[in-house]
Order: sequence, then C-alpha cells, then structure tokens
Amino acid sequence: MATQDLAALKAEAMTPVPVEAMDYLIVLPVVLCFLFGAAMLMMRKRVDLHPFVAIPGLVLLLAVDLGLLWRVYTGGTVTMMMGGWLPPFGIAFTVDLMGALFLTAAGVVALACGIYASASVDRIERRYGFFPFLFMMMGGVSGAFVTGDIFNLYVWFEVLLIGSFGLMVLGSRDEQLDGATKYCFLNLVGTTFFLIATGYLYGLFGTLNMADIAQKAAAMENTAPLFTLVALYFVSFAMKAAAFPLNSWLPASYHTPRFVTSALFAGLLTKVGVYAAIRVMLMLFPPERAELSGVIAWVAALTMLVGGLGALAQSDLRRLLNYMVIAGIGTILVGLSLPDLAPGTAEGPLTVGMSGAIYYALHSIVVMTALYLAAGVAAHLTGSSSLHHMGGLWRHNPLFAALVLMLLFAVSGLPPFSGFWPKVFLVRASIGADMPWLAATVLFSGFLLTIASARVFALGFWRPLPAAMAAGSEDERKQIVKENFSAAGPEKAFSLVPLLLLTGFVVAAGVWPEWLLAMTDTAATGVIDPSGYIGSVFGGRP
Amino acid sequence: MEVALTFVVAALYGVSFYLLMSKHIIRMLLGVVLLSNAVNLSIFVNGRLTTMAPPLIPNNVDVPVDPISNPLPQALVLTAIVIAFSFFAFLLVLSYRAYQQLDTDDTDEMRVAEPEGEGLPPLGY
Repeated sequence: MATQDLAALKAEAMTPVPVEAMDYLIVLPVVLCFLFGAAMLMMRKRVDLHPFVAIPGLVLLLAVDLGLLWRVYTGGTVTMMMGGWLPPFGIAFTVDLMGALFLTAAGVVALACGIYASASVDRIERRYGFFPFLFMMMGGVSGAFVTGDIFNLYVWFEVLLIGSFGLMVLGSRDEQLDGATKYCFLNLVGTTFFLIATGYLYGLFGTLNMADIAQKAAAMENTAPLFTLVALYFVSFAMKAAAFPLNSWLPASYHTPRFVTSALFAGLLTKVGVYAAIRVMLMLFPPERAELSGVIAWVAALTMLVGGLGALAQSDLRRLLNYMVIAGIGTILVGLSLPDLAPGTAEGPLTVGMSGAIYYALHSIVVMTALYLAAGVAAHLTGSSSLHHMGGLWRHNPLFAALVLMLLFAVSGLPPFSGFWPKVFLVRASIGADMPWLAATVLFSGFLLTIASARVFALGFWRPLPAAMAAGSEDERKQIVKENFSAAGPEKAFSLVPLLLLTGFVVAAGVWPEWLLAMTDTAATGVIDPSGYIGSVFGGRP
Repeated sequence: MEVALTFVVAALYGVSFYLLMSKHIIRMLLGVVLLSNAVNLSIFVNGRLTTMAPPLIPNNVDVPVDPISNPLPQALVLTAIVIAFSFFAFLLVLSYRAYQQLDTDDTDEMRVAEPEGEGLPPLGY
C-alpha cells in the first residue's frame, strides 16, 4: 500500500525523461561564469595569462547567450527543472524572450568590458582578482535573468551583489571606500526588502515557482495582502534600480571605482533591478501593478527629471554619466506605469509601452557601458575627467570623438540612433493612455540630456585643450598638447575595439530597428500574458 | 505563539530601522544584524508555527505515517542566515577599513567621493 502511494507520488513529482542536450543551454551561462571564475582564481599567480582566458570565456558566454536567444525566439519559452523534479517542487530555470534579450545584452557588455579591462586593469588589481570577480558577478546577473523561481532570484541578487562589492573596493582608494560603504549598505537593505516580501509571498501561496504564483495569484479572491506585497517589491526593486527617491546611492558611488567597473555596473546592475520589477510586478501581479500604476508614473517622471537636472549640474564626466543612468531608469519605468486599456491585443498602450521599455532597457545597457568606457579613454588621453580640464579630443582622435558623438546622440534619444525608437513608442503609449504629462516629461528629460550631452561634447571634445589655450606662444602651446597626449599608452587602439563593438549595436538598432522591435514586441506580449511562460513550466499538466 | 512572535518581529524591525537611520556606521551595522534576524524570524512565522512532527519517516515505511510539518521555510531561513552572515562580515571589514582610512564613522562627514562646494560646471569657453 505504502509503496504504491510512493510510486504515484513520485510520478506526480518527478519526470523520468532525460533532459534534451539542447536544453542544457539554459544553465550554461551560469555554469560557464562560475567555471571560468574558479579557474582564474586558481591562476592567481599567472595574472599575465588572465586576459587570454577571460576573453575566450566571455566570447563563449556571449555565444551561449546568442544560442539561447535563437532557441527562445524560434521555439518559444524553454524550461529546465533542477533534478528532474516537476514544478512546483524543484527550482525552475525558465527563459522567455525578455530574459533571453537581457541575457544577450549582458553578454555583449561583459565581453566589451573584458576586452577593455585586459588593456586597462594593472597587474596588482588582476592579482587581487578583477577577472574572477567579473565572472562571479556575471554568474549572478545571468542567473537572475534565467531563473524562474523567486527565492532563487533573491539568491542570484546576492551572488551578483557580492561580486560587485569585490569589484567596487578593488584598489581601496579613499573615495572608493567612501562610495562602497554607501553602495553596500543601501543595496543590502534593498535585497533584504526583497527577502521580506518573498517570505510573505511564501506564507500566502506556499510556492516559490513564478509560473505557479502567477496562476495562483490570478485565481486568488482576497487580494488585499497582495497589494502590500507588490508595494514592498516595488520599493526593493526601485532601490536596486536607483529610482527616485531611492536613487542617492548611485551618484555617491558609481564614479569611484575603475572606469571599466563603473561601465559594467552602469550597464548591468540597475537593469537587473528593472528586469526583476517587470518580471514580478507585471507578470505575477498584474491587477495590483495596475492599482499602483499612478505611483509608478510619478516615480518614473521624477526619476527622469532628477536624472536630467542632475546631469546638468555636474562638472565631472563620470558623475554626469551617473545621472544619465538614473534618467534612463525613469524612462524604462514609464513602460511599467501604463494602464492595460485593451487587454489581449497588441495595440494597447501597455503592450506598446512595455515593448518600448524593454527596447530602451537593452539600449541603455549598451549605451551606458559604452559611455563609461569612452569616459575612461577620454580621461586617459587628457589626464582628467573634469570638464574644467578636458579638451582637444576631436583634433587628437577624430574616430574616437565621432564614436562618442554617436553615443551622446543615442543617450539623448536623438535619431538615427538606438535611443530614438523606444522613446517614440513610450511617448505614443503615454498619449494613448491619456497621460500627456508623462509623455511631456519623457521629451523634457530628453531635452535636458541633450543639453548635458552637448556640453560634454563642446567642452571635452570640440574646444582646444584649456591648458594649451592659456599658453603664451604657439610653440609652448604645441609643446603642452604634445606632452598631454603623449600619456596615451600603446593600449589606446585596443581600448577602441569594445567601443566600436557597442557603437555598432547603437547604430544598427537605430537605423534598422525592425528586427529588435519584432523581438521586444513578442517579449512584451509574453510578459503581459504569461500563458506561454506557464505552459512552458508546467508542460500542459494542470 | 504566532501572535507573540509577530510582535517580536515587529519590535525587531522597528529597532533595526531606527538604527539604520543613524549617521554612525557602527549603529547601522547593528541595524543590519537586527534586520536580518527580523527577516529570518518573519519567514519562520510565515511557514506557520505548529506542533506537528518533524518530517521523519520510520525505517520500514516509505511515506510519513503522521502529518508532518513543512521543512521548506527552515531551508529558506538557513539560506538567508548564511547569506546575511557573510554580508555582515564583509560590511564589518569594509566599515573598519573605511574608518581607518577616512578617519570617521559619521556618514555626514564622508564626503571624499562627493566633495562639498564643487561649484558649477563650466558654462562656456
């Protein structure tokens, strides 16, 4: 009797079918990161070999991400259950199109930063483990994008956080310790809020599988406790994403570590917060998200304004970019704040807006990383990242200056680059949702960013070097220019490779947006109507 | 039992938020410790406190005989304890190092990364 029960129970809880070889793609992004990270920890005495291991590792990671994106795009959402335990018992790794798109963008950015770091991170910091930390952080980021289990998502947040703490303090200069203290406390408290909410979620539903939660939440009758939960999740993800009024840790810390570390953080960490907000609030609890949408709209608008005005007030290039990251977060949150006026169709403001928001998030990942890397090159060439002292870059290196000009156009949302189309969609969706003030804020924040970008280009690139302008004679001027730019090391050409790679995407996504729009449309529909996601996890079973 | 623990958890949250709002890092560290304990306790309460047996199965049977309690919340708490502990250790070292190097544990005086009185960016050239 007991054995028969056991067999029946096991049939319900486990699958005997072996996993298809192709499905191992889902875990590979995480596995590769930890494998390479661990291997490079063991190579701690051969730091000269680190770049030769790290770059192939990151290329492999990007290849796997692209493979996964292709598989999800052609075959729909894929799921892998850990240990063959059927949902909701085992931990699910589920990749839908939104997750795959974020994952691929993260892979591109990590490769660009890896190439740049090979040229710029010195032996001592390699010895302290720059590349292992990079891989550990990428493991956390990739895990957060592929997991389908909410407690697991919390664990990946902590994994990427500890990797980022390591990168943040590497070098331990005074301002790094100062920035890191603020960064670490705020982010730890943010993830603790996430954990509180997840604890209560488990108390309510008795499950942690996202697909299972989505089903149970839709069928729930007394939804009052859910509202508290969603508000708690919004606070924690807004803290991670640096949305107003929880944004002050970002401008206090992101300009303190190495340029390449800033670039990696600006591209990835805040966007993980945004991704989690979209996933949890929109996919799991759509009615509660709709109730909160007024608050989200205000948060989005104020975040955009704070970002734009803050960027205008800064004289240090990297601190100016910090505020541009914040403005980008506000723009993405606009998509999350729209009402679902025409459920089930592809024309409603929510669908259009979310497609724009996902597009903007991908654009923001790439363009912010590229701008911080460019700031690193510029600071290396002119010896300063302050707009008071920079100058003369246009004459010194026109190719580099042209790349930066394209990136600045893109971050301001001007055509024909990648920032333009998502803003068009967000504005169209906000007007369609009868929120013209939100559309106006998107445009106004773009205007503020345009002024800030113009200032960066005019002062840092277009004008002659200020030190040379102050010189008395022509010969003295030439001498100063020569001395200033002679600091440019042999790695200069090498550090342009990642910039070319990222700007290539910015141009491609701006001039030919259709291929990416087709994907973000599908991704947005998949999040708003998660039946494909749920079907993939449960495989047609009840 | 659940009601009593709920009040304990609420008191812990209150104290930890109060401490986290302090300017001094050492108090914030204590706040972080209390916060993680408050969270762990609240997950524990969320798993329902009952006097049911632990999930034990006798030798000769395959399924539990009596109703058993849910072991999953304890697994979650265990994970959270380990993570919180490791993060606290990191924060402790970081704060000590920051105190050594910056010579203050007052967050208002930690202005190395954002110096005061920077003035406006250049408005023309």
